[in-house]
Amino acid sequence: MSTSTHSGSNRIHGAGRLTPAKTVRFTFDGQNLTGLEGDTLASALLANGIHLVGRSFKYHRPRGILSAGSEEPNALVDIERDKSRRQPNVRATVQEIYDGLKVKSQNRWPSLTFDVGALGDVFSPMLPAGFYYKTFMWPKFAWKSIYEPRIRAAAGLGVTPGEPDTDRYSNRFAHCDVLIVGAGAAGLAAALSAASTGASVIICDEQPEAGGALRYESAVTIDGQPGYEWAASAITKLRALDNVTVLTRTTAFGYYAQNFVGLVERISDHLSSPALDMPRERLWQVRAKKVVLATGAIERHLVFANNDRPGVMLASAARLFLNQHGVAVGRKVGVYTSNDSAYAAAIDLKNAGIDVPVIVDTRDNPTSAIVDAARSLDIEVLTGHAVFSAGGKRRVSSMSIQPTRGGSERKVAVDALIMSGGWTPSVHLFSQSRGKVTWDAANERFLPGTYAQDCVSVGACNGTDGLQATLDEGLAAGEGRTSPIVATNGTEWTGGMIGSAPGAGADTSVKAFVDFQNDVTAKDVRLAVREGMHSIEHVKRFTTNGMATDQGKTSNLHGLAIAAEALDRPIPAVGLTTFRAPFTPVTFGAIVNHARHDLFDPTRETPMHDWHAAQGAAFEDVGQWKRAWYYPQAGEDMHSAVNRECVAVRNQAGIFDASTLGKIEVVGPDAAKFLELLYTNPWEKLGVGRCRYGIMLREDGFIYDDGVVGRLAEDRFHVTTTTGGAPRVMHHMEDYLQTEFPHLNVWLTSTTEQWAVIAVQGPKAREIIAPLVEGIDMSNEAMPHMSVREGKICGVPTRLFRMSFTGESGYEINVPADYGRAVWEAVYGRGKPLGLTPYGTEAMHVLRAEKGYIIVGQDTDGTVTPHDAGLTWAIGKNKTDYVGIRGLLRRDLVANGRKQLVGLKTVDPTIVLEEGAQIVANPNQPVPMTMIGHVTSSYWSENCGRSIALALVIDGTKRLGETLYVPMPNGVIEVEVTGMVFFDEKGERLNG
Amino acid sequence: MLLIKCPYCEEERPELEFRNAGEAHLVRANPITEQSDEDFAAFLYFRQNPKGLQFERWRHIHGCGRFFNAVRDSVSDKFLTVYKAGEPRPDMQPQLSPAPAELPVTKRSPRTKKVEV
Repeated sequence: MSTSTHSGSNRIHGAGRLTPAKTVRFTFDGQNLTGLEGDTLASALLANGIHLVGRSFKYHRPRGILSAGSEEPNALVDIERDKSRRQPNVRATVQEIYDGLKVKSQNRWPSLTFDVGALGDVFSPMLPAGFYYKTFMWPKFAWKSIYEPRIRAAAGLGVTPGEPDTDRYSNRFAHCDVLIVGAGAAGLAAALSAASTGASVIICDEQPEAGGALRYESAVTIDGQPGYEWAASAITKLRALDNVTVLTRTTAFGYYAQNFVGLVERISDHLSSPALDMPRERLWQVRAKKVVLATGAIERHLVFANNDRPGVMLASAARLFLNQHGVAVGRKVGVYTSNDSAYAAAIDLKNAGIDVPVIVDTRDNPTSAIVDAARSLDIEVLTGHAVFSAGGKRRVSSMSIQPTRGGSERKVAVDALIMSGGWTPSVHLFSQSRGKVTWDAANERFLPGTYAQDCVSVGACNGTDGLQATLDEGLAAGEGRTSPIVATNGTEWTGGMIGSAPGAGADTSVKAFVDFQNDVTAKDVRLAVREGMHSIEHVKRFTTNGMATDQGKTSNLHGLAIAAEALDRPIPAVGLTTFRAPFTPVTFGAIVNHARHDLFDPTRETPMHDWHAAQGAAFEDVGQWKRAWYYPQAGEDMHSAVNRECVAVRNQAGIFDASTLGKIEVVGPDAAKFLELLYTNPWEKLGVGRCRYGIMLREDGFIYDDGVVGRLAEDRFHVTTTTGGAPRVMHHMEDYLQTEFPHLNVWLTSTTEQWAVIAVQGPKAREIIAPLVEGIDMSNEAMPHMSVREGKICGVPTRLFRMSFTGESGYEINVPADYGRAVWEAVYGRGKPLGLTPYGTEAMHVLRAEKGYIIVGQDTDGTVTPHDAGLTWAIGKNKTDYVGIRGLLRRDLVANGRKQLVGLKTVDPTIVLEEGAQIVANPNQPVPMTMIGHVTSSYWSENCGRSIALALVIDGTKRLGETLYVPMPNGVIEVEVTGMVFFDEKGERLNG
Repeated sequence: MLLIKCPYCEEERPELEFRNAGEAHLVRANPITEQSDEDFAAFLYFRQNPKGLQFERWRHIHGCGRFFNAVRDSVSDKFLTVYKAGEPRPDMQPQLSPAPAELPVTKRSPRTKKVEV
């Protein structure tokens, strides 16, 4: 046969299914190469004679392509569309090529062919498994500063992209009757069968096209068609059905509770220039009534010396490259096997004109017809022999053959070596579903045993070996009534070898790799056992076998067998490590999906937000809310802006956006009774139109929330909560109403976002708003401090509260949210000439601290009682029950020695304490000092002309006038314990 | 993601709509002020956390908003049943025959004094 050099010198004319005219250009480490449409990166590289693709994780050994599928441990590369769309650790066997594809090899310096790190291979006797834990123990400081950074730089895979990912990812939820994972013979049969019942069916496969093993099983026919063509027509038929969704390039990566399966569909990774609005991947969250697992089996390598040389690969991979892509993996291909399946590869290669000098079979007397078929093609078959080592460095150059029982060595020159250690059923998803695997001792494999969910495994993943049996099983799983599907020339690959091959046994010290990606050899596994790791879970962690990104798809069973042999225990007794999601690596993009940037977390803005922004306000985040923090004017920093705002409120008036306060409407005949139970305060006797500051406790007696409650009618209360506390307070109230006090006839409604709240505070507050208000007598007598009236402001309905969180006479104007901005502007327009100044949350904090008003969550921390906070007055003395009443009676809550809230004044009034700073009684005591409290709030108060602070101090109220100390890195700060009110101690301004 | 049946909505909804609300059948004493320190401590702090059947409260917070009770196996994470708040603790014995060792046994003495409603 002649060869075409156009799309690679190893492209075999007439072989494969790709179209020679459809060429695709790509680069590998800067080298311009040509492949064909339908090539994977692996097949295209092999077509161009490139086997050396990367360097290994630990020893920097040259590595090639082991497999042709998602199990690939070696051929990991870096794909870059642009700076922000670069993906490391892409398996070359999965990536489809496209025009302009840019590929770089990884973990090598300065180049792939000359890698300085490969010295690690020379020194490898000094780097056995677990060496990190032993070698770098001394000196202690060096681990962090020297050893770890260097080891991390030397070991590893690809490099993380440095820029934010600009790709889009999408998300779909789907429900179906039957989800079929895998579109090989078994999955297709199940899909055809299930579809015939009218059930809704989703069938997915990680490959671009259906067929599974039918893509390379060249001799098979199904229903009279070649296997591959049958698969293609079956998937076409399924696509045409309304009740079937076919998803190719889609990996089922995780199987969770109640038949919830995560799929990732790769939408644009194979396209040369995907449309900008096209998502890169789509996450499917599928809930299926029944799941059919048709995930097939994965061929194992054989564990012998230098089995990692580029050009040494799985037999089935060589078959796929030949029969699908028309690529010969070598010109002189040696074969090493322990079962029949490699013979089929040898025969296909030989028939394609490739020299196959020898098949080395570890079995003494293989009897299958396929062995004779190989012999009849003049392929030398050496039974009872083993490959003791592979020669060559950057590409395999020879195989050294010996009888398995020892004897003289023979060296055969090859440029590729294909191998089969048998097939491992892919029970990953079954195991993830919490199904229990059982050990099939006869065939040395784990198979699905006890099912935990409504799920069935069919075909090779179920240990069903024959093609006819596989099809029958698929049809049965689909529960349809379709006519039988008839297969001829089906193959059956059972048997094989697990553990180390002859020549790599316990008496040797050769590098026979078990786990290629993590550079784990058979020797390492035995060392782990000698070091005392007797459970496979420990062996795994000591050696890192199976812990790489391929999760040991080819290596787990080998590692287990070697450990079992070293332990002299049967395999099931040593155990199988748990399979965990994801089956193959999933991008963060697919998981994070839309939940990034603005969509990461909702942002809540008040109706007046844009006004604040237009005024140049700085904002602070309070929970999900954006709150105006301060309003700097030209030339002002935060400090001077806050000072100006604080002074304006006390001298004229300030306007403040309090819309974020939580608001709950408590309605019903038992509303007052309910509040009696939820708050420490008495409510029954609160008059209609009056307000009260309420404290809510948890059952343990500690402060949970606070806020002003207004009584609008006998059966209607307007409850306010802290900004951050609104949802949990609502939850807390609902909990008690529904489960503890269900006899009360009360309705709770969250009205936080229904009301915009405009606080106008200061001596001129009434003067400013009174002209805008209709139907409310705002005189001191008619509407005193702590009262609420309903009426109109600027023509819109309002609940007008006279209340204060500043200590000034003031109002909180509640208007329907949609009118918030208009009313705000009207009030501001009227007040501005009178000195009305917008103030933000920072000024609000300072003003309330000047008055000793606490902020729950800042001055309290979940261990503070009302007594500790100086709020004993707010507890109804005659009440017999409320949430927290019993908690407050606990001995430790009434004992001496509790931390109590007090004021602190620094002796030097210019020093502002740090919030959180610790307080001691004697600054000269040795470290560690006995700390007696901490600062909870601390500000510069322009109105007081000095700094002020609140603090929780042990027995604080008994220490008034005492001097305490705040030790800081730059020296000790002397403070005086004071009351909590720093401004207008008598509270006269409230009633102005 | 689990599917949880809300006994009020009478349908299975995804876990995201729900919030766990801790152990079920804790009873707030009446009058609570007369409860002994020991019993109050048990009510406030001591929880069963059994390996096996767990009687627990859930709230369909992003649905109907109702609190309800559920029996969940803390080993398999499976919900065995759900029932409305205020309904008595269901007898789970029939469903437990294979693994009686995993029953929530009242090992902690403070809880045994409690009365169930």
